[in-house]
Amino acid sequence: MTDLTDLTIAEARDKLAAREISARDLTKAAIDAMEGARALNAFVTETPDRALAMADEADKRLASGDAQPMTGIPVAVKDLFCTKDVRTTAGSHMLEPFTPPYESTVTANLWANGAVMIGKANMDEFAMGSSNESSYFGAVKNPWRLGDTDLVPGGSSGGSVAAIAARIAQGATGSDTGGSIRQPAAFTGTVGLKPTYGRCSRYGMVAFASSLDQAGPLTRTVRDSAIMLGAMAGYDAKDSTSVDTPIPDYEKALTGDIRGLKIGIPKEYHSDDTPKEIEALWQQGKEWLREAGAEIVDISLPHTRFALPTYYIVAPAEASSNLARYDGVRYGHRATLEKGDDLNEMYEATRAEGFGAEVIRRIMIGTYVLSAGYYDAYYLKAQKLRTLIADDFHKAYEKVDVILTPTTPNPAFAVGAKLDPIAMYYNDVFTVPASLAGLPGISVPAGLSSDGLPLGLQILGRAFDEETVLKVADVMEQAAGFTARPGVWWK
Amino acid sequence: MNKDMSNKYIIKGATGDWEIVVGLEIHAQVTSNAKLFSGASTEFGSEPNSNVSLVDAAFPGMLPVINGECVRQAVRTGLALGAEINKFSRFDRKNYFYADLPQGYQISQFAHPIVGEGEVVVELEGGITKTIGIERLHLEQDAGKSIHDQHPSFTLVDLNRSGVALMEIVSKPDMRSPEEAGAYLRKIRTLLRYIGSCDGNMEQGSMRADVNVSVRRSGEPFGTRCEIKNVNSVRFVMQAIDYEARRQVDILEDGGTIDQETRLFDPGKGETRSMRSKEEAHDYRYFPDPDLLPLEFDDAFIDEARESLPELPDAKLARFVGEWGLPAYNAATLVGEKESALWFEDLMGHLVKQTGKPAEAIASRASNWMLSDLFGHLNKVGKSLTDSPVSAEQGAKLLALVLDDTISGSAAKDVLDDMIETGRDPAVIVEEKGLKQVSDTGALEAMVDKIMEANPAQVAQFREGKTKVLGFFVGQVMKESRGQANPAVVNKILAEKLKG
Amino acid sequence: MSVDKATVKRIANLARFRIEDERLEPLAGELNNILDWIEQLSQVDTDGVKPMTSVVDHALHWRADEVTDGGKRDAILSNAPASEFGFFAVPKVIE
Ligand SMILES: [Mg+2]
Ligand SMILES: [Zn+2]
Repeated sequence: MTDLTDLTIAEARDKLAAREISARDLTKAAIDAMEGARALNAFVTETPDRALAMADEADKRLASGDAQPMTGIPVAVKDLFCTKDVRTTAGSHMLEPFTPPYESTVTANLWANGAVMIGKANMDEFAMGSSNESSYFGAVKNPWRLGDTDLVPGGSSGGSVAAIAARIAQGATGSDTGGSIRQPAAFTGTVGLKPTYGRCSRYGMVAFASSLDQAGPLTRTVRDSAIMLGAMAGYDAKDSTSVDTPIPDYEKALTGDIRGLKIGIPKEYHSDDTPKEIEALWQQGKEWLREAGAEIVDISLPHTRFALPTYYIVAPAEASSNLARYDGVRYGHRATLEKGDDLNEMYEATRAEGFGAEVIRRIMIGTYVLSAGYYDAYYLKAQKLRTLIADDFHKAYEKVDVILTPTTPNPAFAVGAKLDPIAMYYNDVFTVPASLAGLPGISVPAGLSSDGLPLGLQILGRAFDEETVLKVADVMEQAAGFTARPGVWWK
Repeated sequence: MNKDMSNKYIIKGATGDWEIVVGLEIHAQVTSNAKLFSGASTEFGSEPNSNVSLVDAAFPGMLPVINGECVRQAVRTGLALGAEINKFSRFDRKNYFYADLPQGYQISQFAHPIVGEGEVVVELEGGITKTIGIERLHLEQDAGKSIHDQHPSFTLVDLNRSGVALMEIVSKPDMRSPEEAGAYLRKIRTLLRYIGSCDGNMEQGSMRADVNVSVRRSGEPFGTRCEIKNVNSVRFVMQAIDYEARRQVDILEDGGTIDQETRLFDPGKGETRSMRSKEEAHDYRYFPDPDLLPLEFDDAFIDEARESLPELPDAKLARFVGEWGLPAYNAATLVGEKESALWFEDLMGHLVKQTGKPAEAIASRASNWMLSDLFGHLNKVGKSLTDSPVSAEQGAKLLALVLDDTISGSAAKDVLDDMIETGRDPAVIVEEKGLKQVSDTGALEAMVDKIMEANPAQVAQFREGKTKVLGFFVGQVMKESRGQANPAVVNKILAEKLKG
Repeated sequence: MSVDKATVKRIANLARFRIEDERLEPLAGELNNILDWIEQLSQVDTDGVKPMTSVVDHALHWRADEVTDGGKRDAILSNAPASEFGFFAVPKVIE
């Protein structure tokens, strides 16, 4: 019999339903794996007791025949989602002492579905980063290694993907602002889905950039992604940007039949800087989908190349405002004050101590681009570009059903490679355009680099058409037959 | 409108005359049960931090959801101000740090307010009116409250007000005197209270004004202005303008320049002073709040809001004067407060029913009674209309007794005293105290005859031309009748009989 | 548009960061690198383009005017670094 932790969500669900395994056993296996993988630093907070209690509840539900698809499934929760009575740090010193008296809607939905939380996953501080090195709680290590060299798992959902790739949890929540689900999924050979903006509630999710942030699932298979999205998504009256449309049965969309679907290949995603092996993988992806009966259509997204700088105006601007609430007054870190220090000194010391370098850098940029005299040149300009970028997609979707691109311009890189900020930002060059347009996208592991590291392909879809995205991703996943796994070195 | 008929207000400086320019930003708390973006209560005077949701305290991941009633009230207010309603508006974030601003920004409307330009007519002394332009009205959140004097080393922060809905009503810089500013503020307060979009309670902070003041020589462009923050009474607004304008004139006449700054009014000293905490340069970095979508509604929503409006004070005033023939002063005083206008209308309704007389025949008299007798008596016992022991219906009963000559005007005053004290029915009081007026000519003639017989010397005096003694006879009749004789009838009989 | 030390100081003040003087220069450099890179957007003609404020084109959902929240002072204060008599407590502010 396979290791319980190797089961996919779909497999585990079926075995749980058949009472071949218990939620408690599945959860115990996950806890053991989590405790055995501390070398990865994937978790900020482990919650084994709570996990077992939730598993027991799940077993009761399973016994009474009132189980949902995620009932009894161990999941890791990105430490961006507020969890009632469980510390929630957002990877920051600022929130190191913060225990929310409330639950995020996405996690509440998962618990209502019967899922089991094993712990809070490490992440880049306030979701700002693409390598998970900006976490106050230390870098997460990618389960995949290059010889003896530790690699980053990508970011900002680095702890979440590490937990999936290392076979700790069956699923994990992530959040994607400019690529924070898809890029780390590509770096770890896992499946990461960023739904349409508005699909999952942002209530209780620590905000980075409100107009871009979107929660989504990280899993090992496309089917699992479909199952888990169904359990996370839904309209929420507590989030004004959440959209009130019905949640389809995503798993039903996985028909395997993509005949006649039109797959767009945007010419602007070709770049001389992109490594050959990534270009080759992209070509391979096209072939797989063509062979499955889809039609390949060349398209143009002319403003794509401006997406990254646009993003680095919009996201920091919103972040500079969203993170103003961390002031040491109501929760979180407060600097130790000298006698006579005034309110301003408290703010300045608290915020200088509480935030890491990347967060401070982005708040500074965001403050600058919104400040008097610069608003039009930067922020307004970026919002106009955002319109142009979204229009590119809308035009493309008049001709095609989905768009196929690489997920990242490179595989995972070494921990401490110390990329300069802009080089780091380029990790998201393929994921950011869809984020700016609010569109759904998935990264599917499609092959290995010459160094034997996982590479992902991305499928983007129309707004609220996660079904087609998942359907095509499922077909590509079958075609790619990605079965490679990292060697277990962390135990 | 008589735009230029305002009472000229001039500051006489050493170097000549100065004109003052005033604009007001009025913050009015929207009457609502819950806050603008959360479900916490707006109740005043609760325990600290008890009317606070996680949204109001800006916990991580908390999001705003708009209260539709606040939108409706803002639209109703816009309509009452005769202003243009914007079917598309948007919320922006105004970013700044303060201990009682939990989000680190205030959600407000900067680029696209819900209500655009409008105007109101204010009544000034001497029957003069002036039109004041409204620049805009927008919705925004209130901040919490910082208390600086309750603890030796801490400022204490209460977030009960955090997130309460405010309408900021911005005037054009159209006011030229403290009187105009006071009249404008009163007028806005009256309007809001009429339509019920704000209770207008300035003591509890549900209404307060930021006052922009500058001075200039007549005909010159606007001078640099100072903003006096959070002034919380009409009187203080007028005092603050007066002080601030003189301060600016003094500086300018000494060759100085005015710094654009935020100032505070100290009611104790009657002075304005610079606010240190707000001295640093403002850079609010407004941008559209990405947690909210644009605020949009259709014509049907506006029509519904319009239909829900009561008769507004200007219309009421015109009706009181035009249809009921009230003196302008009485009408203006009565419509100045919603309570008194409604009370008066209630009184009239009962009075018309009880006397069968047309309103225009009795309204003027009723308004006099209400303004002098009723208000005077209530004042004496420290009460107001809202807690008046005399209802409009009872008041009408009393007035009806005067109108049909059952009791005299002076007896009515005694009855009113009794009513205010005991709440009894006026007819009962009149009966019990025997205050019914005697208008029976026969009885009065007999009484006069008796008195003339008893006072022949005075009769002779009168007949010799000393008509002043008429007063003596009237007094005697009133005394004999224990005040119940109808004085008009008595005078007529005396005049005839004394002539001989 | 180049950011100098004084600008860094002004921005840090707006954002409420205490930044040591010796950090101003390097930070100015970092910010300039990013701003120079962002500068490429000026190539794009955006005249007449409507700025996007939200990708969601649905209408704003309105809440009913009902008191559904509040009355949880303990929860509100439970994470406070300092509180006194049911208030949040911060260093004394002199108005
Ligand atoms: Mg203002
Ligand atoms: Zn305001």
